Amino acid sequence: MKSLEELKALREKMQKQMNVRDAGDDTVRILVGMATCGIAAGARPVMQAFLEEVNKRNLKNVIVQQTGCIGVCRLEPIAEVFVPGEEKVTYVKLKPDMIPRIINDHIVNRNIVSDYTIGAAE
Amino acid sequence: MKELSLNVLDITHNSITAGAKQIDLTLELTADRIVIRIRDDGCGMDEKMLASVTDPFTTTRTTRRVGMGIPLFKLAAEQSEGYLDIKSRKNEGTEVTAVFNKNHIDCPPLGDMAATVAMLMAAVPEDSDLNYRFETEKGGFSLGTAELREALGGDISLGEPEVQQWIAEHIREQEQSYTC
Repeated sequence: MKSLEELKALREKMQKQMNVRDAGDDTVRILVGMATCGIAAGARPVMQAFLEEVNKRNLKNVIVQQTGCIGVCRLEPIAEVFVPGEEKVTYVKLKPDMIPRIINDHIVNRNIVSDYTIGAAE
Repeated sequence: MKELSLNVLDITHNSITAGAKQIDLTLELTADRIVIRIRDDGCGMDEKMLASVTDPFTTTRTTRRVGMGIPLFKLAAEQSEGYLDIKSRKNEGTEVTAVFNKNHIDCPPLGDMAATVAMLMAAVPEDSDLNYRFETEKGGFSLGTAELREALGGDISLGEPEVQQWIAEHIREQEQSYTC
């Protein structure tokens, strides 16, 4: 059974990694649309897939956050990716199985997955 | 919405938007009922807003004229011959209660409450708290952002992937111990 003691141990482990993140200013932000439209279209499993993939690859300079309605409800689930110094990229109609490719190609190797972007869908 | 836990994720975001400092989310399971209660001390609603809040053409947002969150939650409750009740006072807070007949053929599945609660805990601002209470006839448990933040210290966010995973797994373990 999990206990809060375990969480304290996790904290110590993470604090060491945090110092690595603080050193650079290259943090990538991923925002997942989580309004009624996003949730109904399947944003929660998409969000979980982002978290799992970031965790699995042990990426320390990536933040995954929730946001409200991005504005194009018919294209939900939507995620916006902010890489410092680059233009925002909007991915649409996401499914959990699309997330590993976005993390691998875009977040790790800095190649935008053009097939999944709003530009490709419109 | 395919699962009730998705409605909960959606509706509890309203408490965050309302600027609540304390949000209490309760899930109560009995042999034949599911009761979901979301109570906050946020900005609340006046009588006029409260009277029209279940209307899909009522919304506070400015991007478009429809708001489906509450209407969908109400629909889910009524499909199972349950009900949705909202109490609210301007500047004091809001309490949403939804009751479902668990054995009704049209009652949606509860779904992954652990994932919903973990995500909500990541979404509440640092100066606000969310407490989740799970109750069954065999007993229950609580988990709150206050105790989690204390265990993590001030420097680690509840939104960190590893922390998110821990919260969801912790809730799953606890819930299973009372439902099996």
